[in-house]
This record gives sequence, structure tokens and C-alpha cells, in this order.
Amino acid sequence: MTTLGGAAGFEVIVGGGLGRTPMIGKTLREFLPAADLLPYVEAIVSVYNLLGRRDNKYKARIKITVHENGIEEIRARVEARYARLKTLFKGADQQLLQQIEAHFKAPEFICEKAPEFDAFKEESPGFCSWVDTNITAHKAEGYAIVSISLKKHGDTPGDATAAQMRVMSELAKKFSHDELRISHEQNVILPHVHRSDLPTVYRALRTANLATANIGLISDIIACPGMDYCALATARSIPIAQQIATRFAKLELEHDVGLLKLKISGCINACGHHHVGHIGILGLERAGVESYQITLGGDAGAEAQLGTRAGPGFGAKDIVPAIERLVLGYIELRADADETFLQSYQRLGAAPFKALLYPKEK
Amino acid sequence: MSIIITDSGFFSNYQDAKVSPNHPGPSVDLKSDFDPKDITQELLQARCIRIELPSFADGRAFTLAILLRSHGYTGHLRAVGYILADQYTMVRRSGFDDVEISEELAIRQPKKQWQDRADWRRHDYQGRLREQTL
Ligand code: SF4
Repeated sequence: MTTLGGAAGFEVIVGGGLGRTPMIGKTLREFLPAADLLPYVEAIVSVYNLLGRRDNKYKARIKITVHENGIEEIRARVEARYARLKTLFKGADQQLLQQIEAHFKAPEFICEKAPEFDAFKEESPGFCSWVDTNITAHKAEGYAIVSISLKKHGDTPGDATAAQMRVMSELAKKFSHDELRISHEQNVILPHVHRSDLPTVYRALRTANLATANIGLISDIIACPGMDYCALATARSIPIAQQIATRFAKLELEHDVGLLKLKISGCINACGHHHVGHIGILGLERAGVESYQITLGGDAGAEAQLGTRAGPGFGAKDIVPAIERLVLGYIELRADADETFLQSYQRLGAAPFKALLYPKEK
Repeated sequence: MSIIITDSGFFSNYQDAKVSPNHPGPSVDLKSDFDPKDITQELLQARCIRIELPSFADGRAFTLAILLRSHGYTGHLRAVGYILADQYTMVRRSGFDDVEISEELAIRQPKKQWQDRADWRRHDYQGRLREQTL
């Protein structure tokens, strides 16, 4: 979503995707008025339908079509098709959109002071640390966005028990205007919590074992199901995530390390989005044993970047020590405590990080 | 021999299916890889255009039908080849008048299966979005 001269619209990006052929999407149009979204998207699908590969179903992807034909060619075709389709939309779509929007109205926010919040912050260091990592600023004054971490150190990333789910749904009902969202980072979000309710929410979460304060830290790992559950897997993901999280909890370093997105996939399909992790781990199988390949420098943010392979893979026993060397080494390399892992990597390049992963034999 | 399928049932030849008898132009066959850049005024004068679907998974004919109609083609438009009864609603919504399949395929998909989808305007979400008002 973006704006042009005060009008709302979209930047349209096509041809991105991970999997075995990772690609960053390309901008097809800098600005599309919001009301023209349907004909424009239909134009894209329509162009792809005629132009996409049909000889090989693994190449039947928009990203491959964009890559093979070039964004200029795709743009020319889409714009021509769009000009035709646009005339077919005469207003009913916008009316329908308004009807739908009415069901997604923002709640009535109550802007009050929250003295309980400040007082409890003074009194409880646990709450303080949870607020530091798990709270995101809300657009309405006096409110906060709560991320409930499903990444308790040593547990299966993204798992919640039935009892925990009940607790979260109760909290959503009472304190978040009856809304709860699941994030792609395998956590749960309470989108609108008044700051004065945060101490109560925190206490309830802590009782339910849901108050892990690690959002955005190294133990907040996205891990795909991997060999434990997935028929396509070539290696295990979950145990690696558990070991990394446990190790860094023991080192008591993760708050010092700060923002670090680590993502693990159990095969080349990349469901764990390892290509866009600051540190990505891809589990493969080499001659009957698991081998974990590390990618560095990926970024799923606004400046999307694919990570680059650091070098040969590590065995299941060696991967956690390798990550430890890498992260401890980064603490030495960073310019100051505010420079994140990704920023250090971008500033220094791959070489010093590779040296950490593959130290010369003494 | 092939079978023609319309909203009202199975027919075994063009006459029975009532193909635009008053339209004067020729009848043209297009392959599914037809490039829409080649849509000419001459083509738009055709009495009947048949577009071939080599497989039910090849959806190019749907886009071509929509494009021909959006270029103002008013003649008869027929989908020919490997089409499943489930696709009949989408075939009709994209601008085709009817479907032509082999007898063999028609035996595997009897009339009832097509008739169940003959009311193709029902739940036509795309059509609904393109109305003037709701
Ligand atoms: S990345 Fe591979 S192993 Fe992991 S969930 Fe996807 S298909 Fe399964």
C-alpha cells in the first residue's frame, strides 16, 4: 500500500517466490489506484495464463515467466490487457468492497492513561523485558500490539496446547476487541490491547507458559515441520530450532545479540523461508545423512534480499556450534550494540562471517 | 463424430445446435497457443470461431474467449477438445456459446453432469463484480 498525491493505492510487484528457484519480485507498477486492483490483478493472471510455461509444471510459475520474458515485456502486455479489463468494471465491485469493509471497521478505541502499566513496569523486570520484545506500537494512543511467542526455548516452534489456545482466545475476547491473528512467524498476535490491560494479559500469559520474551530474537525461529512431520523433508528442522534456542537461552546472550531472524527449512521447498532469514538454514540429505547449509544476509523486510550460501553444509552435530561461532563472532565484529547482525553483514560483507563458520585448522 | 453441448443438452451436429445461422462470415479454428496479437478485423467477422483445448488443464482458451469478446466479436464461439463437465460454467462465463467434445468423452460424462452446470449465471462472482450497481 502506498500513496500518490494523497490518494491511496498499491505498488504492484510480480514474480517473487522462494522454493527451489528463489527470486525477489520486480515492480510492475509504482502506483496503482486502489480502486483498480481487481482489473489489474486479473490482467496479470490473464497475461500469465497465455504466456506461462506449459511444457514443465515445475516451471509453470509467474516468477519463471517474468524471469524468462523480462519485466518490460510483461508490463507492456499487462498494461494493454488492463486497459481493456478496466472498462468492464463499472462500480459494483467498489460497492461490494464497501459492504465488506463495513465488517472490518476498526474498534472504538478508548484513549485513557495507563498508570497501572507504568507502575507494573517499575515493579516487574520480567514484564519490562516482555514489553521490550513482545510489544509493538499501535496507531491508537494508549494501545499496544501484543505478540504472544510460541517459541519457548526448547519447545516445538509454533506449537500451542489446547489449554493455551483457550487462554489466548479468552484474552482476545476480553482484552483485544475479540481479535486474534496468527503470524507467518508462527506466533499469535493480539492486535488491540489497551496499555492499562497489559499487566493482566502478561500475568495470564505467564501462568499459561506463554510469556516468553523473545520476539525478533535468535530463538524466535521460523522452522518448518521438517522430517518430523513432512513427507517431502530431507532433514529435520524442529530439533535444530530447539537446540539453537536452548543453547542461546543457556548462554543468556540473545537480548544482547538483538534482532536476528533465523529461519529453517527441511528441504529445498523452503517453507521455512530460509532464503530471507538473516541466517537461513536449509536441511538437505547428503549420502544418507543430514547436512545443513547456511545462507547469510537474507532479509524479508522492505529491502527484500535473498541470502547467499556461506559454504559447504554442516552435519547435524556441527550445525549448532557453527551458529554459535557465527553469532558470538558477530558480537565482536559489530560497530556497536545497535548494529544488528544484518547491518554488520551488509557493512562488512560475507568474508569475516565465513571465517567464523569455517575457521582455519590450527 | 463429436457431440455439441449447450445449455439445453447434447446435439450431434451444428444445425441442431443452432449456430448463428444468419451470420455470414467463415468458420475459423484456433489452437490454444494462438497469439492475441493476431486478432484481426477479418477474424472478428467470422461466423464461428472454434478454440481447441488440448487438455482440461490448458486454460488458455478461456483467456482467448474473453479477449475475443472484449474485441467486439459477436459471432459463435465454441470450445473444442478435452473439456470436463465441471468446467462448463467457466466455459460459458468466459464467452463461449457451447462445447464440442468427442463421443468417447461424452460417454464418460453423460448429459446430466453438464446439465447440472447449465445454470452458469448462478454464483457468477465475476459477472456480479462487473455490473453497474449491485
Ligand atoms: S520445507 Fe520441505 S520439509 Fe519443510 S515443510 Fe516444506 S516441504 Fe516439508
